[in-house]
Amino acid sequence: MTDTAHAGHLETATGLDNRKLAIWTFIGSECLFFASLISNYLVHKETWLTGPGPFPHEAWTSPAGKVFEPIIEIPLVTLGTALLLFSSLFVVLALANAQRGNRKGLLLWLGLTLLCGVFFVGMQVYEFTHFVHKGLTLKTNLFGGSFFVLTGFHGTHVTIGVIWLFTLWIEAFRGKIPPAKSLNLEIAALYWHFVDVVWVVIFPVVYLIK
Amino acid sequence: MDAHATSAEPERSHPSVGVYVRIGLVLFVLTALEVGLYEFTYGGHAGPAGAAIQPFFVPLLLLLSAGKFALVAMFYMHLKQDHRLFTGVFVFPLIIATVLILGLVVLEAYHFAFARAG
Repeated sequence: MTDTAHAGHLETATGLDNRKLAIWTFIGSECLFFASLISNYLVHKETWLTGPGPFPHEAWTSPAGKVFEPIIEIPLVTLGTALLLFSSLFVVLALANAQRGNRKGLLLWLGLTLLCGVFFVGMQVYEFTHFVHKGLTLKTNLFGGSFFVLTGFHGTHVTIGVIWLFTLWIEAFRGKIPPAKSLNLEIAALYWHFVDVVWVVIFPVVYLIK
Repeated sequence: MDAHATSAEPERSHPSVGVYVRIGLVLFVLTALEVGLYEFTYGGHAGPAGAAIQPFFVPLLLLLSAGKFALVAMFYMHLKQDHRLFTGVFVFPLIIATVLILGLVVLEAYHFAFARAG
């Protein structure tokens, strides 16, 4: 590594930080990944193997007489959505504090971001468990398959984001994120915001549009 | 690691804390509007007005969703201030993704409306 590189100014062809360009490229590829899952859900959501809708939004009785109760819980998911949006606010406040060198502020806002993320993952685990108990599994019908795959992959992304931000919280706690290294947090924050904007699309498409 | 510690791009100012908080409040209000729209159209508070809203329900919901998406991308992800290359790297696949979703939905709608009817 050259002296210039050690001075902290790595020259790049674009003049931009390679890691930031890499995360944006990754986010771009993730757009296509989630687009395929969302379109898969939209195409299959009304394609039932065990009968027509409007289950799970409304009750439905199968020809065999089995009653399927409505299982979508809008209030709970709305709370999760609001907390995920607030977590986006909290992580930019954490970043602003990191850039100013305010370690206490960084730890506080990053901690709140983590709490929101953990709540969201917990909400999804509860929801999945509840759905399985009510009869909607990955195998029930094409809605079940496409729903669990779409929301499950999003939940996996949130979980990875929580782990990533937790490692940064530990780093910040040890005082290893000075203003000069705030880009480390900015890159993780970009991933976190992307996870948030994907949910901004999934929430109305899956839970509000029948 | 240290070599990457500082961004090589020119410093561009990010929004202030006040702007972040105001955007957060707008996002919260837009989410409340989405849920309110659902409640008054199909939910527990649906009335005669709900039936009138139904044809506009999906477009309104998608509009609110797009507004939230744009606010987060522009202000929280700093696309409004950062280098335009980042915007290009994000928006180009986003356009392909949107076309993919719309194309498949239209194809499916055509299949249900015409193809199955023979």
